[in-house]
Amino acid sequence: MNYNWNWGVFWAPSPDGAGTYFDMLLAGLQWTIVTAICSWLIALCLGTVVGIARTTGSRWMLLAGNAYIELFRNIPLLVQLFLWYFVVPELLPVQLGNWVKQLTYGAFYTAVIGIGLYMSARVATQVTAGISALASGQRMAGLAMGLTKAQVYRYVLLPQGFRVILPPLTSEFLNTIKNTSVALTIGLAELTARARAMQEFTFQVFEAFITAAALYVALNIVVTLLMRYIERRMTVPGLVAGG
Amino acid sequence: MFSNLDFSVVSNSLSYLFFEGMTFTLMLTAIATVGGLLLGTLIAMIRLSSLPVLPQVAAAYVNLMRALPLVLVIFLIYFLLPYVGQWVMGASRPIAVGALTSSIITFTLFEAAYFSEIMRAGIQSIPRGQVEAGYAIGLNYRQMMSYVVLPQALRNMLPVIFMQTIVLFQDTSLVYVLSITDFLGAASKVAQRDGRLPEMYMFAAAVYFIISFTASRFVQRLQARTAIVR
Amino acid sequence: MEMISLRNIDKWYNPSFQVLKNCSTTIEKGEVVVVCGPSGSGKSTLIKTVNALESIQAGDIVVNGISVTDSGTNLPKLRARVGMVFQHFELFPHLKVIDNLCLGQVKVLGRSRSEASEKARKMLERVGLSAHAEKFPGQLSGGQQQRVAIARALVMDPVCMLFDEPTSALDPEMVSEVLDVMTELAGEGMTMMVVTHEMGFARKVANRVIFMDGGEIVEDRPAEDFFQSPESPRAVQFLSKILPH
Repeated sequence: MNYNWNWGVFWAPSPDGAGTYFDMLLAGLQWTIVTAICSWLIALCLGTVVGIARTTGSRWMLLAGNAYIELFRNIPLLVQLFLWYFVVPELLPVQLGNWVKQLTYGAFYTAVIGIGLYMSARVATQVTAGISALASGQRMAGLAMGLTKAQVYRYVLLPQGFRVILPPLTSEFLNTIKNTSVALTIGLAELTARARAMQEFTFQVFEAFITAAALYVALNIVVTLLMRYIERRMTVPGLVAGG
Repeated sequence: MFSNLDFSVVSNSLSYLFFEGMTFTLMLTAIATVGGLLLGTLIAMIRLSSLPVLPQVAAAYVNLMRALPLVLVIFLIYFLLPYVGQWVMGASRPIAVGALTSSIITFTLFEAAYFSEIMRAGIQSIPRGQVEAGYAIGLNYRQMMSYVVLPQALRNMLPVIFMQTIVLFQDTSLVYVLSITDFLGAASKVAQRDGRLPEMYMFAAAVYFIISFTASRFVQRLQARTAIVR
Repeated sequence: MEMISLRNIDKWYNPSFQVLKNCSTTIEKGEVVVVCGPSGSGKSTLIKTVNALESIQAGDIVVNGISVTDSGTNLPKLRARVGMVFQHFELFPHLKVIDNLCLGQVKVLGRSRSEASEKARKMLERVGLSAHAEKFPGQLSGGQQQRVAIARALVMDPVCMLFDEPTSALDPEMVSEVLDVMTELAGEGMTMMVVTHEMGFARKVANRVIFMDGGEIVEDRPAEDFFQSPESPRAVQFLSKILPH
């Protein structure tokens, strides 16, 4: 291979004027992290609500929950982002639509909402699975001591269910991080987008993408270690994981 | 609002959308599924083997692929391939590799990592007692695998493999970043040309939804039919 | 005074399968009633209708003067006064023993944390488990867990207790420690409805025995009569299988 390696390029100033190319990638990493965390909060909240709704025993709540999940799971994320970014503002009343289109961080907000909703369907599936994995006797025992349905969820089912699904939730969070890269298509300057930009400016393809890849791997490792620590903290003595 | 929508742009471009776009999307899905399954089986076998070094290499490959966003891998391989081609051919300059070839290779390599994990999990999900029971009635390793473990493992794996294929079908839309005319690419091109983004993207979403939803329903029914009662 | 009264209870799991057929019985305050019968006879379902853990399609249930079947009844409030012990203990595995005992007192009865905790410790002492207050359920033996479960029901000051096969998930050597606690409780005048196969317990402690088969109450008689001269062929057959020869 006669490729001209030039790792020094990272210390050259980048055309965006914000510093070196390395600074540019780091700024991308920051956008990746912030977008992932904000999306994840939406996914966790909505996913938990929808996941619980599917376990209440109410038939129409189950149907509504299933419909929600099928809707967000069966359309590619990229298309969903396009819908939020290009289509929804057109369907809003004109003034509101124009205001939305002129938002400074429009791509960011769109990514957070789009990825958040997309991931919420996956979180909902896990939450339902976690609650269903518990023996039905736990719900009965809670009701039998006089707890209301809401209290049974709050004090009995959710604390156990979330412990069961902590590992799959970890991988869904990792998926959220990876999915932020799809938002480069609507102009979010996250890590992959910055690597692409750096490649276009410098033609140092491999330095740019290998470094970006290494940053993703590092992010993965940090999150995995963090979640393992949390899992250990949450372990209940004498309780075999997985219910 | 809705009154501005004009869906004639969709009906006027149907043949382009489906004969050009959807054909490519389905072709890419099919090739990457078959290629990914073959390569994935190989990787899973290596990982479960007791060969030296290779299992670790395979594990590293799988973990790396699973840690990276698909979009990044699409770019990386697109830019990497010309140099690999040059090295393989012994050419003096990087070989031009088209976006189509590149996307096929990317998806095969990427999906292989995911498929191999599904297979590994499927084989490992068979309780140790089943293996012991197989040996206990006098089967050898090959017989034990092919009569006891694999029939059960396949039944567990098949629905997951189909589900992953549906995910893959949706993921192929990401070749958009290489400006390829897949289904979404075709819709996007018409949308830009005629200035009809809302109509085209809503239509694209509906088509993806109908195909994915129907397919996943089919898989769920299959799963119910092949499930082993325990 | 009637503590539990069941009148003409019908329950279907689906249109073609009726689990409870016209079941009626009354349990007086202070009475101990054992419900027995072959598996699938509907006895566990019957006991769970008393605190509405199982719904019914027809009939009336009144507990301590309050109708369970009336849609206006505050079920959580009613259930708080009806203690229940389950076959598989159903302690909350993520909570320490002491917190299992405090949850209902604090969240349902509105007791202060310190009051609840004091009551919990007294009750643990009573079932002989004071030393285990800070452990998690998974760290206890089956017999210990079931005694904690009984204590968890008792801290709510129940007016009656329901036991759903309390010893059938236990290793044989742990059965007696649980039965001893139950016998003591009966001696103190607690109203108890007990689904069990422990005929020794029934003979010694029960005032009455209800024998169920195929979703029906086949016999409902004083314990002594039931064991000495069962009336129905089905009860005779059941007893011949379950009693030591």
